[in-house]
Amino acid sequence: MNMTQMSGAEALLESLERQKVDTVFGILGGAILPVYDALCGNKKIRHILARHEQCAAHAAEGYARASGKAGVCMATSGPGATNLVTGIANAYMDSSPIIALTGQVPSSGANTSYMIGKDAFQEADIIGIVTAVTKYSYQPRSIPEIPSIVNNAFYIATTGRPGPVLIDLPKNIQSEIADVEFTNKISLRGYKLSTEPNQTRISEAANLLAKAERPIILAGGGVITAGASDELIQMSDLLMAPVATTFMGKGSFPENHPLSLGSIGMHGNPAANKLIGESDVLLAVGTRFSDRATANLDSFAPNAKKIHIEIDNAEINKNIEIDIPIVADAKKALKMLLIATSKKLQKAEGTMWNKMVKEAKEQLSPLLKERPKDVIPKNLLITLRKLLPASAIITTEVGQNQMWSALYFKALQPRTFISSGGLGTMGFGFPAAIGAKVACPERQVVDIAGDGSFIMTEQELACSVAENIPVTVIVLNNSVLGMVAQWQRTLYKRRYMAVNLGKTPDFVKLAEAYGAQGLRINSIEEFEKAIKTATTGNITTVIDVPISSENDVVPFVPPGCGLPQQRGDY
Amino acid sequence: METGKTKVISVLVENKPGVLHTISNLFRRRNFNIESITVGPTEQADIARMTITVNEDEKTIDQIVKQVAKQIDVLRVGELEEGNFVMRELSLIKVKVESSKERSDIINFAEVFRGRIIDVSTDSLIIEITGTPDKIDAFLNLMKNFGIIELARTGITALSRGVKSIRIDG
Repeated sequence: MNMTQMSGAEALLESLERQKVDTVFGILGGAILPVYDALCGNKKIRHILARHEQCAAHAAEGYARASGKAGVCMATSGPGATNLVTGIANAYMDSSPIIALTGQVPSSGANTSYMIGKDAFQEADIIGIVTAVTKYSYQPRSIPEIPSIVNNAFYIATTGRPGPVLIDLPKNIQSEIADVEFTNKISLRGYKLSTEPNQTRISEAANLLAKAERPIILAGGGVITAGASDELIQMSDLLMAPVATTFMGKGSFPENHPLSLGSIGMHGNPAANKLIGESDVLLAVGTRFSDRATANLDSFAPNAKKIHIEIDNAEINKNIEIDIPIVADAKKALKMLLIATSKKLQKAEGTMWNKMVKEAKEQLSPLLKERPKDVIPKNLLITLRKLLPASAIITTEVGQNQMWSALYFKALQPRTFISSGGLGTMGFGFPAAIGAKVACPERQVVDIAGDGSFIMTEQELACSVAENIPVTVIVLNNSVLGMVAQWQRTLYKRRYMAVNLGKTPDFVKLAEAYGAQGLRINSIEEFEKAIKTATTGNITTVIDVPISSENDVVPFVPPGCGLPQQRGDY
Repeated sequence: METGKTKVISVLVENKPGVLHTISNLFRRRNFNIESITVGPTEQADIARMTITVNEDEKTIDQIVKQVAKQIDVLRVGELEEGNFVMRELSLIKVKVESSKERSDIINFAEVFRGRIIDVSTDSLIIEITGTPDKIDAFLNLMKNFGIIELARTGITALSRGVKSIRIDG
């Protein structure tokens, strides 16, 4: 056995290196100082100094979602740790693998007044606080257990349905020396992974699909996690079934494919919302049927038999009654289902269903119908798609900017559309863009923002400039908290309250103050030019796009209504 | 407590700090209502058994079992099959005694319910009684007439009958 004498902090870093961690996003402080001391001079791990811990967590998630690897963030005890919480909760809701490392006051030591449980300076019970928003958490109480804790943490975070894992590190554990042995062993007897599909269920599902007259596929974020996009495309081609995605599934199926319907949901693509209600068999893959996707459950695909491929057994029958559940890895299940279905299916083309799909797409899809030169979100986003390569990564903030992006910006590849779906965290997009750029430095990364959201994490301009992580931010600037203003306009009789942002900052000057590039555009031509300048230069660029404050995101399925009851002139 | 609809869930968990918090936090967060929860070590020292009683419909119980099973510190979980398990609860009841007639009445009642007197003072008795929650409820109703000074109930603990077991190797 290879025992090495080292500090807990060194054991932690060595364990991270063995997990092939190349980047840690963080901010230091007293209780995490020994780890930072050990990082000093480390050539394998790049530390990126965020300007707020929440952004370190979002950046780690952006890194994870762009790369498929676990992202790592780090903070000190107390406020450092609690500032991470929103980022951890975001990763939990969107099933993103991140590892959060937090400093903690000592668990024991000579100075007994400064210990866990004594309300020491900058002490917070971070494990207690994050229990509901982590997949698991650890607090090592001895140095030799650090390697296996780190192994387990990465294994838990990245396998099954991924999610955040927190490791809380008492300061004495970081600084004291012990004999440490490194292993690759995972010891988790209570961790149950159900990745292998049940053959009987697969046959049942294949029978149902082969007989389906109006099949439709609903693809969720699980397809992206499982890397199952190829199988999804094959399945759609085999069945001639249109594919709608959830918001989190955006990118799992190329949105320029003839059978792509875009996203379903409260602000979903009208063709997707309409057709899912008319299907007779629904094949849902890697989705939890969130309320924003399904709207009113009673009118969600009411006539469809439902097949649900999902790795998390607890999602089966949670929101939607399922006829054939397949608890498995989406890639494995789709592979088996493809084989089983192809044996039973006479590939039918030119059916009534295909005709309906085509007609619905033609009638209801967003086209550059009129006034293509107006500086409105639809035109901007359709233009942006034309200018960016398919591999470019889009992040969004939360609100109207996000829903417009979902509607009008066609994602063509998995892991190229990164947004805060479940938690809906304003301010997520910009730090996530920084993380994505670190993971994929050769690709263009663009954050589609609103002025309200961008202000929440705009201080990371300092990080992106200082660390030389060039990304582009497009601020759809309407001087209003647009989505809530839209709700007040449509659901609260135009009684506007606390949504007007008044005189917003000059985003060009703001960018310049941080040493970034600021551009303002007032026409589509200027927008095209600005995007080219931003994406060819090597400097973070903020593009200020003044738009009207009266733009609604349409369609809109009001709360309590079903998907077919979508409102608004598309 | 509506014992008629009470369902019992038996959970084997890692016997270590924080697990009870994880489970009770899960119930709170998912809006599942716990009627009672008992925890104690099993025949294997590193494994504890939690016995959770809930009053929920079938769909909710299904969700509870799945959500609990998902927890990494949970080794096994199952709903105990109706009519095919035994359950017991222990209760300590301190009852006011105002006369020797009352004292002998209480002792007689306790005997009928197979309770034991475990503490005696000049103006009170403590009775230990074990049984199903129904039986304890019935006894408490009788004791109310004398005046209950203090009451402690453990909550239900339970096991499947015969060979049907919730074990980590089963």
